[in-house]
Amino acid sequence: MDTVATFEREVMRHMDAAYNLARWLARNDADAEDVVQEAMLRAFRFFGGFRGGDAKVWLLAIVRNTFYTQRSQVPAAGRMDQFDEAIHGGADRDDPQSLLLRAADAQSLHAALERLPPEFREVLVLRELEECSYKEIASITNLKIGTVMSRLARARERLHGELVGKEMAA
Amino acid sequence: MNCDDVRVLLHAYLDDELGAAESLAATRHLAECDACRQRFDDYARLSGSLRQADLYRVAPAAFRARIASRLPRPATMPRARRRGREPALAALAALFVVAAVFAGWQTAQLRRQGGDALVADAVSDHVRSLLPGHLIDVRTSNEHTVKPWFDGRVDFSPQVKDLSAQGFELVGGRLDVLDGKPVAALVYKRYLHTINLFQWPGNGTANSPRTRDGYHVLEWNDAGLRFAAVSSVAEGDLQAFERAFRAMPAAAGEAAH
Repeated sequence: MDTVATFEREVMRHMDAAYNLARWLARNDADAEDVVQEAMLRAFRFFGGFRGGDAKVWLLAIVRNTFYTQRSQVPAAGRMDQFDEAIHGGADRDDPQSLLLRAADAQSLHAALERLPPEFREVLVLRELEECSYKEIASITNLKIGTVMSRLARARERLHGELVGKEMAA
Repeated sequence: MNCDDVRVLLHAYLDDELGAAESLAATRHLAECDACRQRFDDYARLSGSLRQADLYRVAPAAFRARIASRLPRPATMPRARRRGREPALAALAALFVVAAVFAGWQTAQLRRQGGDALVADAVSDHVRSLLPGHLIDVRTSNEHTVKPWFDGRVDFSPQVKDLSAQGFELVGGRLDVLDGKPVAALVYKRYLHTINLFQWPGNGTANSPRTRDGYHVLEWNDAGLRFAAVSSVAEGDLQAFERAFRAMPAAAGEAAH
């Protein structure tokens, strides 16, 4: 089937990008696989309506929507913590702590990134791991470029705070 | 440009996303402000650490293969189930082999008969669903449990109706693939017979019941959805099922779209 071949050539080759984003959003393998599987089926279904452009950006937007749609069905109690954290989290008073940062190993980076609320985690993953431009991140997350910029700044400040262990000082 | 401006802009500067004028202003400020330069160095190091820390998670090969196998193929393959959640993997693997051989044989038979692709697919899905463990993903007789289960799994709002008063017991639902599209499958019981009701957005011509290998297939449209019911019940019973389903009002909160 031509459609399948085209889909594999254009979309399936971004499987790693889809999985990486889903894995960082869901934070475990089983849920990440659920998200990617559903996202791929949706992508296949909507592929007829995809008119060129960047297939990776298009697919990552579907992955992200699928994740949030699935998560909106889990009991509200499990989610509020994260959103509360996002709203009330200690904010922008990170004094430079370069000595501590230098010591940040991969494991603590991993743990710190996982602790961030998803809206911060996703922009960091898209920027630092996927190396997306602000414009691409804006398309994937449906945010304005200015919002991407400020959210990325906040995300890095939060991550920095997590690493130097003073994010709860406020 | 002062320190407050630079606090946010240094990230865009770091990412090379500033316009020429702002970039120049940021460069000047960083040259003369030790605190901001220190901060910039910090974040540059953080960004570098993230990229070097091996944090990128690639799709496992087995998962990739499973997704590829779920795309519609000319030869229908059984859909693999979630790995790692089933206790008896070996038994399941054996089942898959049986299912693959059986479904393959079934598909070949159907193609030989020259039946249209959708009827062939629907009967093939139906037969595969009868294999142990394949019939139901959400098991309940409650329409209000089945319907939300489909949210987020299909991109439309399937009609789910309780027809137990008419002699068709709703036993559950699952996700299936028909003619290359994800579809909602409802499972009803009529005595010992299973009825699979597939639905997906679309329209088609109304067809009289068709029969393939002893299974009857009945298709109809309603409210922007296309329906295909498949079963080994008597043809008259399947028509009664269609009438009962269409006559029953949709469950509360169901939008026809």
